[in-house]
Amino acid sequence: MGFIKNYLGEVLGAVKSLATGMKLTGKYALKHRKEKITQLYPDNRDTLLLPERFRGEVVLIHDENNEHACTGCTACEIACPNGSIKIITKFDLTPDGKKKKALDTFVYHLDMCTMCNLCIEACPTDAIKMDQAFEHSVTNRNDLIKILNKPGSKIRDGVE
Amino acid sequence: MYRETSIVNESTPTPFSGNGESDMIINVGPQHPSTHGVLHLIITLNGETVKKVEPHLGYIHRSIEKMCESLTYRQFIYVTSRMDYLSAHINNHGCALCVEKGMQLEVPPRAQVIRVLMDELTRLASHQLWWGALAMDVGALTPFFLAFREREMINDIMEETCGTRLTMNYMVPGGVMSDIHPDFQKKVHAFIDHFKKKIHEYDELITDNIIFQNRTKGVGYISKEDAISYGMSGPSARGSGVQCDIRKLYPYEVYDKLQFDEIIEAGGDSFSRYMVRIKEMKQSMSVIEQLIDNIPEGDFQAKTKAVLKLPKGEFYSRVETARGELGVYLISEGGTTPYRIKFRSPGYCNLSALDHMARGQKIGDLVAIMGTLDLVIPDIDR
Repeated sequence: MGFIKNYLGEVLGAVKSLATGMKLTGKYALKHRKEKITQLYPDNRDTLLLPERFRGEVVLIHDENNEHACTGCTACEIACPNGSIKIITKFDLTPDGKKKKALDTFVYHLDMCTMCNLCIEACPTDAIKMDQAFEHSVTNRNDLIKILNKPGSKIRDGVE
Repeated sequence: MYRETSIVNESTPTPFSGNGESDMIINVGPQHPSTHGVLHLIITLNGETVKKVEPHLGYIHRSIEKMCESLTYRQFIYVTSRMDYLSAHINNHGCALCVEKGMQLEVPPRAQVIRVLMDELTRLASHQLWWGALAMDVGALTPFFLAFREREMINDIMEETCGTRLTMNYMVPGGVMSDIHPDFQKKVHAFIDHFKKKIHEYDELITDNIIFQNRTKGVGYISKEDAISYGMSGPSARGSGVQCDIRKLYPYEVYDKLQFDEIIEAGGDSFSRYMVRIKEMKQSMSVIEQLIDNIPEGDFQAKTKAVLKLPKGEFYSRVETARGELGVYLISEGGTTPYRIKFRSPGYCNLSALDHMARGQKIGDLVAIMGTLDLVIPDIDR
């Protein structure tokens, strides 16, 4: 008799524990339907807000006069762990006839970048920052190699 | 054929004799990296009984230790996020601690508290994902979505303060990379309040579920002595009654000033390992609650030189990740890059005990055993 009692008790306990779980799942199916935890991603592009610190890609900050703050010191290139940044420098002539090192091309390999933020930390003039853009898919791999300084841009006055 | 001829010979199936005595070898995995990890198990079966499990590694080996030798002390930390990607913060923390030990650098109190807060949030997120994945492994799909609902909140907090969701690179030698976001405390409070209301659902759905209990109780037993001799650590070893919490034994940062319990279950089976993690989540929440309103003012990063140099010597630091003890062993020759780095990853030692646990069990139980070991394959392979 004892065996049957134990067996029935076990079955009852099992049914009870399963009912508890089913109750919770059922509650979510019926009651919590308004509790939305997913986003309709491609449709909500216009309202999608990413945190300001989000690391999407590196950009060189240009102001309205098409001027940037990059001196071509290559601190970011040295700080980068996987060689995603290549700075090509040139020598500008200052008005008093001296040669001055300046940025020629800021090459950024987005395909190699791991968004570690070390270049941003290393920059002494805060010329670069992380941008929120995250839709990086392209059809050609070479499109991921970007030149960050805009054509005709030059260094802002007073940035050393 | 496999190169380990001795292993293959040992478990070569005897020709089928018709009396059901023959062994069968089946290969489990390697699957796609994003499913559970590219772990390849060669299982010798007799009927449904597991006779032997041989893990084969190397499918996601990226030679991280070798890569670190060519990176500077600031740069090499980012690679370690890719080892145990579910406790990326804690990996970075261990490496930062090792470099600080070498430089004899004092970390500001604010940075210490932020680091511990981030560690515990990571531990919570990792255990939540483990809970969902384990439930899915043993056949319940719903818990995965409930676990991800909470994990998403932590990911949002991380995204706001660190800028990324998974591979943070937030801990730097001397402190943390940036100060916490102004909304950080508010959001963590909201998360703790939310999770406290929801954690009973974890018990209702899985812990008290009779099917789950039958599948895990008494399955994958490992004794305390065996767990120690296999070098297991973390919740997997604490499920066998081993006292091995690095936060208690070798406290780092502010852990010695905090009130929390080291969860130890003496059962040694899969269910004990499960219970350790469930209870650890509550402890992590209590640690966060103790710290979140008491973040001291001050710098978030100590002043360091642009180029870090370590003196000649050997340095070792250990941290408790969500999976166990992570040891970072660093040899410096006095330059700007390490001469050699060795990571003692928790997953590798825990995996070595899988064969011992699974022998004599049924093949269906192997999944439950693997689930409660909480294996992260990139951590094992590095």
